[in-house]
Amino acid sequence: MLLQQVADAAQAGAHPLSGTAARYVWLLPVLPLLGFVLNGLLSLTSAFKLGPADPSASHDDHGVHAPAGLEHGGGGHGDDHHVVARHRHAGLASLIGPGVLAASFLLALAIFAAMRGAGGGEMHAPFVQRYFSWMPVGDLQIDAAFHLDQLSMVMVLIITGVGTLIHLFSIGYMQDDPGYPRYFAYLNLFVFFMLVLVLGASYPLLFVGWEGVGLCSYLLIGFWFSEKANADAGKKAFIVNRIGDFGFLVAMFMLFAHTGKLDFIGVASAAPTTFAFGGAVVTTICLFMFLGCTGKSAQIPLYTWLPDAMAGPTPVSALIHAATMVTAGVYLIARSNVLFSLAPAAQLTVVVVGALTAVFAATIGLKQWDIKKVLAYSTVSQLGYMFVGVGSGAYVAGVFHLMTHAFFKALLFLGSGSVIYAMHAAYHHTGNHDDAQDMRNMGGLKKYLPVTWVLMWAATLAIAGIPPFAGFFSKDEILGSLFLRAHGSTLAEAHWLGIPGSAVIIVCYMLGLAAAFMTAVYMTRMMLYTFHGPNRTGEPERGYLHEAPWIMTGPLVVLGVLSVFGGWLNLPSLLPLGPVGLLDHWLEPVVGEGTLRVTKGVVPEAAHSTEVALIGAAVVIAVVGIALAFARLKPARLVPKSQSPAEHGFEKVLANKYYVDEAYDAAIVQPIVSGSRGLLWRGLDAGLIDGMTRLLVQGKDDDDAPGTTVPMGGLLSRSVGWIGSQLQSGQVGTYAWVLVVGVLFVLGAFTFR
Amino acid sequence: MREFLLSVAYDRWILPALLALPLLGAALVLIGNRTSTEGDDEVATGAADRPRLVATLVFALEFVLSLGLWWSFDAGRSGWQQRFDMPWIPSWGIRFTLGLDGIALMMVLLTTFIMVLASFGSWTSVRQKAAPYYALLLVLTTGMLGVFMSLDLFLFYMMWEIMLVPMYFIVGIWGGQRRIYASLKFFIYTMVGSLLMLVAIVYLGLQAQHEVTLHGMRQVVPDFSYDTIMATARVTPHAALWLFGAFFLAFAVKVPMFPFHTWLPDAHVEAPTAGSVVLAAIMLKLGTFGFLRLAVPLFPGAAMNPTVRTIILTLAVIGIVYGALVSLVQPDFKKLVAYSSVSHLGFVMLGIFALTVQSVQGALMVMINHGLSTGALFFLIGMIYERRHTRLIADYGGLARVVPMFAAMLTFVTFSSIAVPGTNGFIGEFLVLLGAFRTYPVLAVIAATSVIITAAYLLWAIQRILFNPLDKPVNEHVPDLNRRELLLMAPLLACIIWLGVYPAPVLRRMQPAAEQFVRIVETRAAMATADAQGGR
Repeated sequence: MLLQQVADAAQAGAHPLSGTAARYVWLLPVLPLLGFVLNGLLSLTSAFKLGPADPSASHDDHGVHAPAGLEHGGGGHGDDHHVVARHRHAGLASLIGPGVLAASFLLALAIFAAMRGAGGGEMHAPFVQRYFSWMPVGDLQIDAAFHLDQLSMVMVLIITGVGTLIHLFSIGYMQDDPGYPRYFAYLNLFVFFMLVLVLGASYPLLFVGWEGVGLCSYLLIGFWFSEKANADAGKKAFIVNRIGDFGFLVAMFMLFAHTGKLDFIGVASAAPTTFAFGGAVVTTICLFMFLGCTGKSAQIPLYTWLPDAMAGPTPVSALIHAATMVTAGVYLIARSNVLFSLAPAAQLTVVVVGALTAVFAATIGLKQWDIKKVLAYSTVSQLGYMFVGVGSGAYVAGVFHLMTHAFFKALLFLGSGSVIYAMHAAYHHTGNHDDAQDMRNMGGLKKYLPVTWVLMWAATLAIAGIPPFAGFFSKDEILGSLFLRAHGSTLAEAHWLGIPGSAVIIVCYMLGLAAAFMTAVYMTRMMLYTFHGPNRTGEPERGYLHEAPWIMTGPLVVLGVLSVFGGWLNLPSLLPLGPVGLLDHWLEPVVGEGTLRVTKGVVPEAAHSTEVALIGAAVVIAVVGIALAFARLKPARLVPKSQSPAEHGFEKVLANKYYVDEAYDAAIVQPIVSGSRGLLWRGLDAGLIDGMTRLLVQGKDDDDAPGTTVPMGGLLSRSVGWIGSQLQSGQVGTYAWVLVVGVLFVLGAFTFR
Repeated sequence: MREFLLSVAYDRWILPALLALPLLGAALVLIGNRTSTEGDDEVATGAADRPRLVATLVFALEFVLSLGLWWSFDAGRSGWQQRFDMPWIPSWGIRFTLGLDGIALMMVLLTTFIMVLASFGSWTSVRQKAAPYYALLLVLTTGMLGVFMSLDLFLFYMMWEIMLVPMYFIVGIWGGQRRIYASLKFFIYTMVGSLLMLVAIVYLGLQAQHEVTLHGMRQVVPDFSYDTIMATARVTPHAALWLFGAFFLAFAVKVPMFPFHTWLPDAHVEAPTAGSVVLAAIMLKLGTFGFLRLAVPLFPGAAMNPTVRTIILTLAVIGIVYGALVSLVQPDFKKLVAYSSVSHLGFVMLGIFALTVQSVQGALMVMINHGLSTGALFFLIGMIYERRHTRLIADYGGLARVVPMFAAMLTFVTFSSIAVPGTNGFIGEFLVLLGAFRTYPVLAVIAATSVIITAAYLLWAIQRILFNPLDKPVNEHVPDLNRRELLLMAPLLACIIWLGVYPAPVLRRMQPAAEQFVRIVETRAAMATADAQGGR
């Protein structure tokens, strides 16, 4: 109802954004959708060869019909870059794919300008545009409507902006892939769903995007589907995400059962009056919602799919599995800040899970050799930080880190893409089948990829939290706000599993610092092993190592600038570098209420000395981490993968990711599969139920031998069995006639007398 | 459109016409058909050309005729529309009464829609005895439509039996290796259930008997009219329980509910493609339709008796999870989809018995969606079966490289079956669970776990069929879909998207009927409870 009113008000011209570029907000996702349709058609029409009119007649017709889809030949390099032949529609696809994204980004900029003109952080009502009624059922009224406010604006800018850069990078990276248009079709579709996710005006509509991006993630992880490992990884990602989606669904059911609303405006206005502060219902809702977040945003216990997701093309890892989709959980909590702020126990859960994930994933990151795996665990770890932020009610800090992380992690992934591209090209030239993603096969690459080297160092310093790079400001804001929440906030006064909230917060703060230290170490390790020391690629290959073309390095440069200066978007008051707290102010209308509830209405101000100490501690830890890595790790001593000794002890446990996958498989997957097969299907279905039926009908058990009539026992089966035996006598035409005439007679006899 | 339909008095003749046309079509198909010798490949010799063309044209005409219902049906009105009524066997009190509410409307449209495709999809897969095959499909259509339209219980029963026989023949004659076993099982299961239903219907008809003047004589005749029985039949709570039990058995077998489901996997696997499609897309819905039209509204006291209701809901939820788990381990793709039907139909039962507007509307959507998605899945399985003559998942692998169009379509339909939002599947499952959570939160949460298992079994299956290495040489030369098959799939895919993105027109048409169902059952169940307590 309220949604309706707001929408009507917006259409009536009451909203400051009506009549501006914001009225074209629907075009934002529609453009990528158009790209998907066009690229999809290009892909299908070029691969498809019409089959013969009678499929079974031509079955033995070997040789006439060559396999139509020549997609994905080769592989075998253990890497993810497969060069076979350029697609004949590659030119058109590279025009459409990035083109629609760029158009979408320009529109987003125009809408952003309009929003600034309409007051920016002073604009208090969201701009809601209603299109049609989606699910009108009784008191449930869900509209297809978009909800544009400061938070969705930030997300839209990240998605379309970083998305455009990654699309451009893909032109180079994927240029010789035979599935080129298919790739852009999926990528466009992903952006479409991602925009629906952040623009949808209700939880169910958000869920459309939420599952839609999961679908695209599935398709893109398994993009090179002819290798079982890739197809497995895609499937795993989708199924694990579905566990989370189950939680999200239950959260929606509970929300509707208690508030009767599912649109954001309705829920936000109903929640404070419907739910008691800290009550069981709202806590349960938030916990179920967070289960959804642990799936999509790869947190403990559902993070296992994300490292496997690296099987997809590297730009996909940058866009979906670093910058945008995996941050959807963070967005969801920021969007639901009113709910979460009412449930401190749930918030503490988010903080604890986030902090544990940050540390846990960082430890695994210390021992990975695959460059993308390092980045994958790093992403899991950084997402943990974001959850610490939004969990502690520092919603702006969480979203801020989401943004800076999108910059530097996209840069790191694309940079690693550049490296893999070079490595693969070199191996391809010499016909070598070594692993192009293993850092033990790299080393000394700064000589061959100088631009990538410099830019990736910038991103490394950003993620490690060295000032003034972007990650420093956002990570510092998260840890600082968390520290301040230890006293006087609703969180500090709540209890988590019986432990006082303030103690939980202090422990999580320590965990955050520990993770920051390890982040500095594993990132420096990655840089050292990849770019420094002697080259281990191999003598013949060395000559072919070179920097990627400008279409790939160009986006890297832009992301590099953002990684360096992104922090200026939300400067702390302590450092006089420019305007203070731009993002704080911008997001105030969306998350202000929730934040203030957590801090009990006061804006927490740390003493100057405390703030200096906090920042100092964080910086020192990062610097020590980097220094330690430089001091202890000796790239010169590393040997190529093929000659490396096996790990042992705790190192082996780390390299094997604590055997979590194996444990899940043994404890959950295998029991379900074998139980379903042995107990349910063979035992209950075919054994008990069917056995009883046979006994009832035939008087004795039957081995249902194929193609024979059933042995006769009872009277019923004898009579019916007679009909059965008649079926084989060939008089079918007669039966059909008898039936038709019979029915006509019965229907007509009485009617027309 | 409405004006045009009114001008030809569409409302008055459409329902009987829809019943008569397939029968006439069946006669047309059979007339002049030479009996070909045993074992002839009629597709190759051209003997199948005429029957399949005639049948498909008749089905197309039937569908076009029925489409008018979409516009002539007044979505804002509850009660019967397009009603047709004439005396039939007056001495037994049986009338030939037809009519539609929003629920029946959508089921009729689904039936005529699917039947065109079923006949068009059989063009090359039915290679022997084509004429009787298409004739049986046509007779089957009359039976199914009759069940949805009947407003006379006796007529309902007759239509129920009429559709049983052709399906029995279709499975038994054009089926696979174990077709005799499967068709017998199908026949016995359904027969046992429906005989009990006959007894219950006769009992009800006698309850409603009244005095009329026939041939100048006053005599007492039973009354089988649905409206009369609804309005006047008064049965004791004890009798209601027995009567409900009889209807329950007939419909639960048809749905099929756990544990009455074991005929389904066999029938599905052995049936020819069109048989599986019709079974899944329409015939299973007759069971749930029976609950909506007869079993629950006639005996709300018994159906909504807390014990009975809990048992049925529990069986429904067991069916949802159990069907999904058993699907997980099927080596035969067709059997996998068959068990997945048990799971999906469990959602319908959960929706009906949870008795909220959302859950009932959701159940109706699942009925439609399952028809489209599972129908499409069976078509696709049939297409690949025609090429490779195997349904075993393990015989495939890497097909996406060879048959990209087939792969794209199978993936798409799979996601609709997984109920990814944006496709039809989501709307139904979401509404059922959302609504059921209001009355039975624990059961709804258990049922919701199936979203995980459903994704697991379907994605695992399509991975082993479409993805992974193309390691079997026989699969390297499989031809992709042909023009007819593309034409066949296109409308299904369009409907899958349409109902996922903009289901509101369908929901609106079913809304009055769904609301009325919930209201009547709620008030009558409350009355029955009050009576029972008052009588004590």
